[in-house]
Amino acid sequence: MKFIRDFLDKQKPLFEKGGKFEKFYYIWEANETFLFAPNHTTGARGAHIRDAVDLKRMMMTVIIAMVPCLLFGIWNVGDQHYQATGGLDATLWDKIWIGSKLVLPIVIVSYAVGLGLEFALTIVTRHPVNEGYLVTGMLIPLVMPPTIPLWQVALATIFAVVIGKEAFGGTGMNILNVALTARAFLYFAYPSQISGDVWTYLGGKPTVDGYSGATPLALSAEASSGASESITAIGEATARYEKFPTPDNQAVVDASKELAETLNTGTAVVDSFQSVSWSSGIYEFSNMFFGFMPGSIGETSTLMALIGGIILIMTGVGSWKIIVSVFAGAYIAGTLLNFVGANEYMLMPAHYHLVIGGLAFGAVFMATDPVTAAQTERGKWIYGFLIGVLTVIIRVLNPAYPEGIMLAILLMNVFAPLIDFYIVKANKKRRLKRATV
Amino acid sequence: MSEIIKLRKGFDIKLVGKAERKKGEVDQPETFALKPTDFLGIQRPKLHVAEGDQVKVGTPILFDKKQDQVQYVSPVSGEIAEIVRGEKRRLLEVRILADKEMEHVTFDKHSVSEIANLSREHVVSQLTASGVWPNIIQRPYGVVANPEDEPKAIFISGFDSHPLAPDYGYLFHGTEQYFQEGINILKKLTPGAVHLNVNADGEISQVFSQAQNVQLNKFSGPHPAGNVGVQIHHLDPINKGEVAWTINPFGVIQIGKLFLEGIYDSSKMVAVAGSEVKQPQYYKTHIGASISKFVEGNINSDNVRYISGNVLTGEQITSNGYIGFYDHLVTVVPEGDYYEMFGWIKPSFNKLSFHRAFGLLSFLSPGKEHKLDTNLRGEPRPFVQTGTFEQVTPMDIYPTYLLKAILAEDFDDMEGLGIYEVIEEDFALCEFIDVSKHNVQGILREGLELMQHS
Repeated sequence: MKFIRDFLDKQKPLFEKGGKFEKFYYIWEANETFLFAPNHTTGARGAHIRDAVDLKRMMMTVIIAMVPCLLFGIWNVGDQHYQATGGLDATLWDKIWIGSKLVLPIVIVSYAVGLGLEFALTIVTRHPVNEGYLVTGMLIPLVMPPTIPLWQVALATIFAVVIGKEAFGGTGMNILNVALTARAFLYFAYPSQISGDVWTYLGGKPTVDGYSGATPLALSAEASSGASESITAIGEATARYEKFPTPDNQAVVDASKELAETLNTGTAVVDSFQSVSWSSGIYEFSNMFFGFMPGSIGETSTLMALIGGIILIMTGVGSWKIIVSVFAGAYIAGTLLNFVGANEYMLMPAHYHLVIGGLAFGAVFMATDPVTAAQTERGKWIYGFLIGVLTVIIRVLNPAYPEGIMLAILLMNVFAPLIDFYIVKANKKRRLKRATV
Repeated sequence: MSEIIKLRKGFDIKLVGKAERKKGEVDQPETFALKPTDFLGIQRPKLHVAEGDQVKVGTPILFDKKQDQVQYVSPVSGEIAEIVRGEKRRLLEVRILADKEMEHVTFDKHSVSEIANLSREHVVSQLTASGVWPNIIQRPYGVVANPEDEPKAIFISGFDSHPLAPDYGYLFHGTEQYFQEGINILKKLTPGAVHLNVNADGEISQVFSQAQNVQLNKFSGPHPAGNVGVQIHHLDPINKGEVAWTINPFGVIQIGKLFLEGIYDSSKMVAVAGSEVKQPQYYKTHIGASISKFVEGNINSDNVRYISGNVLTGEQITSNGYIGFYDHLVTVVPEGDYYEMFGWIKPSFNKLSFHRAFGLLSFLSPGKEHKLDTNLRGEPRPFVQTGTFEQVTPMDIYPTYLLKAILAEDFDDMEGLGIYEVIEEDFALCEFIDVSKHNVQGILREGLELMQHS
């Protein structure tokens, strides 16, 4: 390995101050420090020894935690393809092949565009290249539908890095989660490529009978509005019969009311999950927990997100308080809405909220981003809990935006500093109170 | 006896090379030095002496023009060999070539019963004239105390929880009487209590357990449980406008000796420790000793760093540099000026970490003593990780917010977030564990100076 080091030492002066490529120093540095941990030592005063951790290692830990989601996602993209097109005899390798063909280009585009942009920006900003994008670059593909056009991935990446991050001063300074900024950008700029029938790659093949490709989020909203439409229609019709109370009409009214009641038993959403005919059992609870369903590449599997979550919690890199409180918030909000029960979506059992719409992925990888989350420990509880609550509220009360977790996290990113402000203010107050007693 | 105050937050850094409880026999160093830079708060040091002057133990060498009654005196008798100045003629060291036999300046000597009747004024004037005063440190700011202040209480930490810290039971063995009289003198300086804080997890030295006239408090937990700032926070926190004093037991003993024997006794025990020391042990010498005699032929390799003090808060010195006024420890650790291929991701059991990110496996062997070098282990970055500083700061303080307030020079916030309660050593662990490799202690000192001088 010595010859590599010698080679680097020889080239180094070119990039240092006064060298030919002085402008590219930080690009050089990023690559050099990737190969070799630098020889910097501590100052003459203060701590002479330092902890072995650094930002590179921390970010790498997050990437490792995402690997289960990525691998599962690649397989699932292939699996969904064959389920939708009737290729039930496809082998594991067929599925991985299809998945890789779709997913890897997205990953490559995300990294190439993002890192290229970061390198280019160091020439202008004269800041070192930060490790933050290593994580963002993996998160962006995992929250994209497999059918997303690559140019949109590139565009979203540029928007997220420039507007979401660099405009605020780079890693550590951004207010909004960078990967979610990318997704939100596409969601509002190109809605037709990121909602509707985009979650399964069909590759031009004919689909199986009854195939719809809708995600559970879309189904829930549809079933709910469908049920409430029917109920309203029946209500209107019976009202007309009631005006002429003949015995026959009365019988119709009674029967209709009974029908309306059966429609309003709170099982419409779950029934609609179970009535998906093109692939039996696809939206069973357990199936959704494991993630064998259409959706964004990496976010369908609650199990894989939880494995990542365990890695983050064990290593202390992600805050367990945030992860736990997002789940708690979503479950509690779901339960409360059960009691309100004004429509069918509200009546969906609360635990379904935890396995659909990428809630687990968002809770584990997006909400825990230390830069955009609340920074005080008490604040983290509040922050996570409100993300959970808002996710369910956005999903249920505003069916136009089924992407509850994405919007909830972005919204709470904005409010995180406010939460911290009050927690820190309480600390100041305690100190002031102590002084005056 | 009061209750034990249990601290859970913190982190013990276990290093190879703890000093054995044994006294090494070497010749006394030839030169000693008084370093004005050891005393925080000296603003304009002025010399009483010139090169070539003869001095005794206790002869005033310099004073601070802003606080002129406090004298900084010679630790040995001999000849002023060299006055070292740095940039802009800043005074760095006054080096003294020591005599074989020490000659002392004599001060008033008192019996135990006389001491009981001494007035505060008399005590203060003898303390400031004799050179023992700089042992007394003022909180807030961690500077040499102002003799005109009346502190609300005085705090003494009876143990050092820093890495490789010397054992106070061994350092101060057999000084019960001096320590007690020192306490009696200090009691005259404050209307409040004199707190003596001891380690509930270890053996308590007789010097401390027999002390009268003090409020004995027991602390238990990992480092920084031994930091006097942390102890104050739990006993009687410093609010805006309040002043408390702290003093090391060595200073208390020096004060006791001054009044009982009438001399400024500069003799002290110093531990020489660290992974690069062949025989880590204690040496008896004087304040400001050159370390050359203790490290010559006693070091394992060439590329090492000599630190006066401990690895968290100490100051780098050369192989013939001088031990700081307040230090009882010289640490020698390897320099870390090397490249390591893929060092940022290679899994390792040998690199100590408070964190458990990928490949940092030291948490699996919590009792293991580590050999750590001075490599920064990464590159400086903006604040990213949150919640970790709080885990090593057993105080109701948000270190990250305080540091950010300092960087923004926001005076209201600095005050509100508790800058009066901390000095560098209280945040040293934050600096150690910092993922983003900030110079935390340096930032805090900047903040303290901003608060003090504006």
